[in-house]
Amino acid sequence: MQRAALLAIVESVVDELNELKSEQEKIQFSEDTSLYGQSSPLDSVDLVNLLLAVEEQLEDEHDISFTIANEKAMSMRNSPFKTVSTLIDYLMSELN
Amino acid sequence: MSGSISESIVLITGTSRGIGEYLATRYLEAGCRVIGCSRSKVSLDSKNYTHFCLDITDEAAVKTLFTSIRKQYKHIDILVNNAGIASLNHSLLTPMDTVSKVFSTNVFASFLFCREAAKLMRKNKFGRIVNFTTVAVPFNLEGEAIYAASKSAVESLTKVLAREFADFGITVNAVGPTPIDTNLIKNVPSEKISELVSRQAIKRKGTAADVKNVVDFFINDTSDFITGQVVYLGGV
Ligand SMILES: NC(=O)c1ccc[n+]([C@@H]2O[C@H](COP(=O)([O-])OP(=O)(O)OC[C@H]3O[C@@H](n4cnc5c(N)ncnc54)[C@H](OP(=O)(O)O)[C@@H]3O)[C@@H](O)[C@H]2O)c1
Repeated sequence: MQRAALLAIVESVVDELNELKSEQEKIQFSEDTSLYGQSSPLDSVDLVNLLLAVEEQLEDEHDISFTIANEKAMSMRNSPFKTVSTLIDYLMSELN
Repeated sequence: MSGSISESIVLITGTSRGIGEYLATRYLEAGCRVIGCSRSKVSLDSKNYTHFCLDITDEAAVKTLFTSIRKQYKHIDILVNNAGIASLNHSLLTPMDTVSKVFSTNVFASFLFCREAAKLMRKNKFGRIVNFTTVAVPFNLEGEAIYAASKSAVESLTKVLAREFADFGITVNAVGPTPIDTNLIKNVPSEKISELVSRQAIKRKGTAADVKNVVDFFINDTSDFITGQVVYLGGV
């Protein structure tokens, strides 16, 4: 899958998450948006919901059966879910 | 789940016989939509019952089951992680292959079903998961090292997942039956069963109805403050 297509999926999922948030809580989307760790606007439930929504979109819209689960998910140093950009890199390497 | 149990979508593993078949039959009678699975075919026959012939240790097959549930029903309300196997043997005579089978079926598959079910339950911010342990855990029964160790792992999973899933409105509890006459224990010598039963406060074998009574309590709408608990039958 192309980087741009994956980015679009993640952006649409963030939009969905934002629908449930107040103005101050809304997540600003960019490749640098931090998804995990102290600097992230997401709490752990948001992160899980975001990743699972990506998993579902891959399956529903692209017919790709994929389980987002990773040994290093909660690693402060090298979690693939640290930022939008590392998440996309991770998806690219797993899916392609 | 909205109001009564009768509108619930219930997934039960191991519905081809024993306790799983009993629970599926009763929940169908109560008007639930029941989805079941096992490697062999089932005799359950109801328009509200859907069966998946699969091995619960096969991640790809399990994933397909959850995809079809999601496509058809969007969510599930209740998971009864009933399927399990036992092994009675002296540890010094137990092949590693048995260890691996028991853990794959009782622990890994229970985890896999919890993980995938919670993904669907989180959407409604409602879910009830019931896992299966056994009195062999608190009794530390000789001859059941691997079976008891696997069910101890199920108890730990139950308690930790209860915390992790609480944010999603999902409760996770476990029921621990005493011996119940099913295929599972048909090869256990009767003296061994009597000895076990004599250690219970109430000295009789259990029934599938006794198990259902505990499951009913856990899955009740009003049990939303009950999670991470293990309830043994018979007074242990
Ligand atoms: N009966 C007892 O005395 C007792 C006591 C304490 C706890 N328990 C627990 O209660 C639960 C139910 O036991 P039971 O007595 O009803 O046992 P059972 O009569 O042997 O039935 C076990 C069920 O699990 C299914 N199963 C086993 N391995 C499977 C696999 N790899 N893939 C798919 N399905 C599988 C079997 O279906 P297939 O073989 O068709 O696949 C069957 O439907 C178990 O977790 C057991 O540990 C039972």
